[in-house]
Amino acid sequence: MATTVYAELNNDEILRYSRHLIIPEVGMDGQRKLKSARVLTIGAGGLGAPVGLYLAAAGVGTIGIVDFDVVDFTNLQRQVIHSTADVGRPKLDSARESLRAINPGVEVVGYETRLTSENALEIFRGYDLVVDGTDNFPTRYLVNDACVLSGIPNVYASIFRFEGQASVLALPDGPCYRCWYPEPPPPGLVPSCAEGGVLGVLPGLMGVIQATETIKLITGIGEPLKNRVLLYDALRMRFRELRLRKNPECPVCGTHPTIRKLVDYEEFCGLGASAAIAAAAAAVAEGAEIPEVTATELQRELEAGLAPFILDVREPHEFQIGRIPGATLIPLGELEKRLAELDPKLEIVAQCRSGVRSLKAAKILRAAGFGKVRNLKGGILAWSDEVDPRVPKY
Amino acid sequence: MQIHIPTPLRAFTGQQATVEAQGRDVGEALEDLVRTHPPLRAQLFNADGQLRSFVNVYLNDEDIRYTGSGKTPVNASDTISIVPSIAGGCAGASLGSAGRC
Repeated sequence: MATTVYAELNNDEILRYSRHLIIPEVGMDGQRKLKSARVLTIGAGGLGAPVGLYLAAAGVGTIGIVDFDVVDFTNLQRQVIHSTADVGRPKLDSARESLRAINPGVEVVGYETRLTSENALEIFRGYDLVVDGTDNFPTRYLVNDACVLSGIPNVYASIFRFEGQASVLALPDGPCYRCWYPEPPPPGLVPSCAEGGVLGVLPGLMGVIQATETIKLITGIGEPLKNRVLLYDALRMRFRELRLRKNPECPVCGTHPTIRKLVDYEEFCGLGASAAIAAAAAAVAEGAEIPEVTATELQRELEAGLAPFILDVREPHEFQIGRIPGATLIPLGELEKRLAELDPKLEIVAQCRSGVRSLKAAKILRAAGFGKVRNLKGGILAWSDEVDPRVPKY
Repeated sequence: MQIHIPTPLRAFTGQQATVEAQGRDVGEALEDLVRTHPPLRAQLFNADGQLRSFVNVYLNDEDIRYTGSGKTPVNASDTISIVPSIAGGCAGASLGSAGRC
C-alpha cells in the first residue's frame, strides 16, 4: 500500500463495521486500511457483482468499476448487483446505485469504457489492487500485463460452467498470468453456443473468494493465494490447490522482461485484423459458400408443401426449450457418425440456435456428398423473431 | 494412477471427472489416456505431439514444466491434473473457453 496514514473512522462507521472491529485480527487498524484502500474491479458482471457488493459492505473506501456494457435480461440469473428494473441501463449506473445503497460511504468511480492498451495504464494508476472479473482472453492478458507494468497485484478468478480458478497474481515476487499460461488458446476453438452456459451461483462463490483475498491483502491478515491456484469443482463440491511458480523467463515479469509496454492483445490471441484476413481467405479457399435460407423463406416453403428436411443440430436440452415443427434432432457432435440416417437426395436445411453450428453441420454434409444443403440464417432465434414468437428465445 | 479431467473435456470421457491410467511417467500416462479416449488426443496435443500451450498438467500439485514435463516419473498413488486456461464469463467449449454469453 502506498500510504501509511490511514483514514479515521467516524462513529457511524465504527458502528457499521463493529463486527469487523471486534475481530482482533481486523480491529480499527484493519478497518482504517479498508477505508483508505482503492480497488479497481474490471467488469460488473458475474464475478464483478459479488466482488463489488462485498467490498462495499466491507468498507473499501474507493471502488473503481470498468464496464461499458448494458444490463441484459439474461444477466439477472447471476449478476446479483443488477435487478430486473435495471435491464437496459448501463451496468455502471446500476452497480453504482447498488453499492451506494449498501454503503453510502464508499466512493464508486466508474469507467464506462472498454479496457484497452491505450487506456489501461492510465485507468490503473493510483489503485492498490485490481480484481479481474473479465470474460475473454485478450482482456485477461491485458489486465495481467498492465498489473505487472504498474506494480499492482491482480486478484484473479475465472469460471467455466461448474469450475472456478482463483489466485493472486502479479505480487512483487509472485507469478503472473503469463507465468501460468504463456499463451492463450487459438480462437479456432470458437465456443459452441450449446456448450456455453454457467451455473449462476458459480461466479457468486468465486467473486466472494476474490473479495476475501482483496480484504486480506488490504488488511495484511491471513495467507493470500500467492504461488498457488485454488480450483473449485461445484458439482463435486471439491476444492483443490495447485502450486504456481514465478517463471524467471516470463516475458513480462521475469528477470529479463521483453514486454515493457502493453501490446495488441486481440492480435496476441489470434483475433486481430491479420487473423481475420487469413480466416476470410481460408473460407474462400474452402470453396463454394453454403447457401442460406431465411426463416421467413423457410416458412413459405413449408406452407407451400415443399417439405424441406429440417435438421436441428442443437443439443437435446435445447430441443426441449423449443423447436421448429417437424425438425429432426441430430446434435452436431453426433452428425458425422449418423450421416446414414439422412437421405442425400433430400433438400436439407441445417438449423441451430443462431446459425453458427448449423453452418458447420452444413459443411459436414456438403463434404460428405450431400448436394442440397442450406443453412437457416439466424437459427431458431430468427424463427422466433420472424415466424413464430411463441417459440422461446434463449 | 488417477487423471483429473477438467469440465470441458468430460464430454470425451463419458462425463467422468477422473480416469484411471497406467504409465511410468506423465507422458506414458497421458498417452494411455488418449489411447483409451481417442478424441482427447486432438484436445490435448498439437500436430507435433506436444502438449498444447494453454493446457497445463500437474503431478499432484506441481506443474510438470518444473518437474521434467512428460518424463516426470509417477507412481500409483499420484494424481495427474489437466488444467486448461479458462476465461469465462460464461461461454466455452472443448478447450479454450471464453466469451460473452
